[in-house]
Amino acid sequence: MKLLTHNMLTSNIIKGVTKGFPLKIVPVQVEIKDVDYNPAFVVRTLSKVDWPALHQAAVETGFGDGLPETLGENFQQDEELLKKIHNALLQVEVIQGELVCPESGRKFPITNGIPNMLLQEHEVGQ
Amino acid sequence: MAARVACSLRSEPYKRYLIQFAHDLLDFRLQEIKSIISLLGCQASLRNTDLNNGSPFMEVALTSEEDAKAIMHRTVLSKSMYELWAEGSSISEVNMKLKQLPKGFTEPYTQENSSFRIMVDTFNKKISSSEKIKRIELLTDTESMFKGKIKLSSPEHSFHLLEFYKFDSAPSTEPEKVYFGRWISDGHRSVIKEFHLQTRHFIANTSMDACLSLVMANLAQVKESDLVLDPFVGSGGLLVSSAHYGAYVLGTDIDYMLLHAKARPSRAKQTTRAIDESVRSNLRQYGLESKYIDVLVADASQNHMWREGWRFDAIITDPPYGIREAAAKIACKETADVPTTEGEPHYPQRTQYQLGDIFRDLLNFAAKYLCLGGRLVYWLPIYKPDYSESCIPKHPCMSLESNCEQPLSQHISRRLITMVKIREFQELSDWDEASTKVNSVNSFRNNYFKSMQAVGVLNSDSVLRSEPLTSKQEGL
Repeated sequence: MKLLTHNMLTSNIIKGVTKGFPLKIVPVQVEIKDVDYNPAFVVRTLSKVDWPALHQAAVETGFGDGLPETLGENFQQDEELLKKIHNALLQVEVIQGELVCPESGRKFPITNGIPNMLLQEHEVGQ
Repeated sequence: MAARVACSLRSEPYKRYLIQFAHDLLDFRLQEIKSIISLLGCQASLRNTDLNNGSPFMEVALTSEEDAKAIMHRTVLSKSMYELWAEGSSISEVNMKLKQLPKGFTEPYTQENSSFRIMVDTFNKKISSSEKIKRIELLTDTESMFKGKIKLSSPEHSFHLLEFYKFDSAPSTEPEKVYFGRWISDGHRSVIKEFHLQTRHFIANTSMDACLSLVMANLAQVKESDLVLDPFVGSGGLLVSSAHYGAYVLGTDIDYMLLHAKARPSRAKQTTRAIDESVRSNLRQYGLESKYIDVLVADASQNHMWREGWRFDAIITDPPYGIREAAAKIACKETADVPTTEGEPHYPQRTQYQLGDIFRDLLNFAAKYLCLGGRLVYWLPIYKPDYSESCIPKHPCMSLESNCEQPLSQHISRRLITMVKIREFQELSDWDEASTKVNSVNSFRNNYFKSMQAVGVLNSDSVLRSEPLTSKQEGL
């Protein structure tokens, strides 16, 4: 699971949970996968990204170095920063670990890089 | 009547071009071209009535040769594009019109120091090579404008005489239409072969045909640096074609075993799946791994999994109809019978996901999570005797862009529906009012099996089994 995906995911599917974002990452195995650098995509994606959540995810997986806690206005001209964000968004991958619902503590396992977001029957809301 | 696809205040003069379509997926050809033209922002006027009598030729007015080439670079349902020099109902008429063309128009391509060839192509009728030569001789008689040297392989300029014959049980003797044009570019049909399922690393029971998945990406107007989601991803065929056009791709599927390469193999003679049979490896196979974002095991009926405010540029999907792949979602507590055994892994119980619910959830999801102007492209199964335009699910935020039919059998077809998000989502107080007809989709599965029983393909027992059926039901 890439941190970009983490930025889109919530646990609001659990019955009764309304503040299921951001999910806490408990990493067991994290890898860096080579992804072609495409600044156009990074900039476009940043307009949708929740920055504090990305920052937190990068810190939790051990790749938060060099990422500011708040994203300044002129990041588009900062090539070095864009490359770090590219790395955090697309290259850092959680291979094994867990996503934890911030409200209920419910855990979603990540195996072979694939999060399992399925719920048990009694957890499904209508 | 000509359809104006795109226009702007800048009024450059139109030039006449001719598209020769492939004889494939007839109902999709015009929509694919329209979608590509609007994606590229070309000024164009299409004479779509040309296609009415079964002709593969359509005249189109464009403002530049660059536009013509760009369109051909993207289409997988067109064979070639020509600059149209003359048209008529006979070869002699075309020849006469050719001679009337202004010299300034023809000379850049017909001078003595250039090389050229003339090809003859007939549709619906075969003619002998001696007849072809006769036609070429007529066009290159003594007063001919073609002064260059004839060169059959890779000449500088290639001219085509194209003839369309009507076909009523046998080809008519006289052509319905004759065209003469200068070849500009071929369509991008070679990519269909490159992505053919036979050579695909990972396939599932209902993997989408390579050509159709490319058409879907074209109808969705997928472009460079887009983010595309398939909520019923399976083996990721639709993601491959989107990534081919430059999008970053993401998918979800409820089938844990499939995404983890533990499902029963879909290929004959294969006993177990290879450990690396994954959506990711499919993208890697075509050099597109950098476009892979993720796949998730998730229930597509649970829209709240996605953060509010997140936006996808396109949603492209082939939902399960419960024929060859089970349509499932996780049961909720009230209906589920939960066996509890301490210490053992629990696999949540699935319940049948009604077709009407699938499409209602899908439209709702698209209305919330597509960007404005973003497209939803999906297949809708149709029991033909029940079909009318009103069967297509509706949503106040989504406008129907196109609806193309692929016939599968006498009673069954599927329609590729393209919708554009035209306004942001507001929670609707009364969904039923917005989409009353979604329920008629629910009867598809029953009608499907009834019609199969009627023709003797199935006995009543097989209606109950959950195994994938035979290739008779290709495509579902």
